[in-house]
Amino acid sequence: MIPYIACVLLFLIGLYVVISKRNLIKIVIGFSLIEYAVNLFFALVGFKKGALPPIVTQPEQVRMGVARHFVDPLPQALVLTAIVIGLSTTALMLSLAMRLYEKYKTFDISEIRKLKG
Amino acid sequence: MRGMSLIVQVITRLMVGMLLLYGGYIVLHGHLTPGGGFAGGVLIAAALILVSLAFGSVEQVERREYILSSILESSGGILFIALALAGYVAADYFFRNAGLYYIGKPLQMVSGGIIPLANIAIALKVGAGLFAIFLALGASRFVMKE
Amino acid sequence: MEGRLLPLFVAIPLSGAFLIPLLGKLWARFADLVANITTVLLVGISVYCWWIFNATGTPMHYWVGGWRLIGIAMWFDALTALMVLVINIVGFCATIYSVRYLDRYTSGRWKFFTLLMLLIAGMNGVAISGDLFNIFVFIEISAIASYALVAFGTEEEEIEAAFKYMVLGEVGGAVLLFGIALLYARAATLNLAHLSQVLAEIGRTPFYWFVIATLLIGFAIKMGMEPFHAWLADAHFSAPAPISAMLSGVFIKVTGVYGMCRIMFNVFGVSRAETPAFFNLLIAFGAVSLVLGGLLAYSQNDYKRLLAYSSISQIGYILVALGIGNFWGVAGAMFHILAHALSKGTLFLASGAVERQTGTRNLDELKGLERTMPATTWAHTLASFSMAGVPPFAGFFSKLFIIIGAIAAKMYWLAFLAALFSGVTLGYLTKVVNQAFFARREDEPTRAKESPALMVLAMLILVVLMLAVGVGFKGVLDHLVGPAAKALLNGLDYARLVLGG
Repeated sequence: MIPYIACVLLFLIGLYVVISKRNLIKIVIGFSLIEYAVNLFFALVGFKKGALPPIVTQPEQVRMGVARHFVDPLPQALVLTAIVIGLSTTALMLSLAMRLYEKYKTFDISEIRKLKG
Repeated sequence: MRGMSLIVQVITRLMVGMLLLYGGYIVLHGHLTPGGGFAGGVLIAAALILVSLAFGSVEQVERREYILSSILESSGGILFIALALAGYVAADYFFRNAGLYYIGKPLQMVSGGIIPLANIAIALKVGAGLFAIFLALGASRFVMKE
Repeated sequence: MEGRLLPLFVAIPLSGAFLIPLLGKLWARFADLVANITTVLLVGISVYCWWIFNATGTPMHYWVGGWRLIGIAMWFDALTALMVLVINIVGFCATIYSVRYLDRYTSGRWKFFTLLMLLIAGMNGVAISGDLFNIFVFIEISAIASYALVAFGTEEEEIEAAFKYMVLGEVGGAVLLFGIALLYARAATLNLAHLSQVLAEIGRTPFYWFVIATLLIGFAIKMGMEPFHAWLADAHFSAPAPISAMLSGVFIKVTGVYGMCRIMFNVFGVSRAETPAFFNLLIAFGAVSLVLGGLLAYSQNDYKRLLAYSSISQIGYILVALGIGNFWGVAGAMFHILAHALSKGTLFLASGAVERQTGTRNLDELKGLERTMPATTWAHTLASFSMAGVPPFAGFFSKLFIIIGAIAAKMYWLAFLAALFSGVTLGYLTKVVNQAFFARREDEPTRAKESPALMVLAMLILVVLMLAVGVGFKGVLDHLVGPAAKALLNGLDYARLVLGG
């Protein structure tokens, strides 16, 4: 139970950073925290107490029905995909932040306010 | 872009080969051990970025590297779609593990049908893509005109 | 019935997206050629699949890789047919339009078309997917493509709008993933049909409501429901015109409304009788979107910003109609998705044509364009009539169905609100039409030539379809919208159809 509460706490900390910080790079870091917390939560979902990692080393093990002692491998594959999605999102956000710096000469979001209405 | 000091350059020269070899190992054994295309691709990209950071580069060279990475990345993507469609055409289900690659005994490196080829395609795409992102974002502040 | 062609909906635009960077570096026009061929093929396949579904009456299924029940499922029923037709037809018109529209961006043609192909591939994937995590991955693919496309012009305002849009959209995606993780933790399966069976056994516990709330927040950010509408005005206003048409007309509906409908109705099995709280929530937020979007649109001076606020208002219409919950309400919502995609697409394309030819978007500076740009003027005027609900265009029938549904459920105040805001829509659109196009002032009209032929062709296709859907509304209701509404209302039949067939 404790790891799950830690993940939710990390999510909330990241959300706080996104909402209340004024520097663009800090907002990107806050978003990285959010995405990290969600991936960690998803990976922890597949855990079973006292189980083995899901790697088959001898062909005979498959026939012996060893799968019931393994940790669930499906969340691990899904989290891999989610991590790659997060990576490309962070890359795009950082490149947008760099372009904003070139145009406005500042990283402060209270100065970047050309769109009104 | 300036390179780094002499110590960094010597250590990089020693380590790059091992990094690339290790990345290739993770890619090729993706169906047997954890890792696979994504993780191996990231390692290969990290090796290339290390060389680029340690030795510095000139704008001409960077432009050529950018175009090469872009071509490699698209080829990786096309290879992946071609594998999926090959399963579609040959064995009637998208992505099915048809007998295109040698389905040998389980747990050898050359086994498992299409899966190692798909891992190689993904590693190509991820590795070249990450290196292209690094070049485009900030290697030396050039603007791509094309 | 087996749908052999279903994976092609995703494979064809993805191959186009991977081929364009290779070929587009050699010769810039290659990108246009590949993109247009791809969208023509997609329109052909979607019409063919709809025709087969219509002829046989049974939905099509496809298991990727041949692995049943542990693999990824693809499913094509009436609701999917509606979404796929909307995506591919609007995508086709946007691609034709972009061939001439991109002349003002001096470089990077192939980048635009690559991202557009990825956007279409992602949306098609959401529509045909039968697996929960697959829907999330395709939502993220199309969302990332749309962030990059909003920033395409690289002016200061566009990058700022793209950054704001991106942060909000990705936080929504993270919340969505959180909800999916919770659902997987309880049900141990990701296939939509199997999931709905497991959820039917669990019953309506507090866990059930918590997951619905989490997923609803994720989808609400993607569709611009109150109170998460702040990104919509800036993002749709700053994007290039064909991208605004795709975003406003298709993207917010496929990733937001369709995703929410498919998961809430078919997996969770909400219905008016058993879970009225959910539907009342939809009505409440939809009504707020409706009122706020309409009133904010009235006070705008900029052409595209007005259209963007109008999109918020129309999403409110769709949510209110879904919240009413009987057949006419849901059918009205589906019909409005179709009608709004066609009309708002035309309006955005016309605004882009005006901007390209005259160089400005400010309504105070445009006057009397009817004399110099007649085709664009008439396309815009007919699309405004459709959005405001003038017969015999498509928009009239969608609003009629919504009002019939509200009266049948005895919510007279909703029917009154719908009719009132139909009038408000007519009001702000007439303001634009009168001032920019038909102003009979003594000074000369704004100097402009007529738009190029390809752009007029794209707008003409959409206008003709609007008229056809409106005139043939009985056929559309019987063959496309009605079965889609029934597929949603008989929510739990989805599981029986997928796993039995």
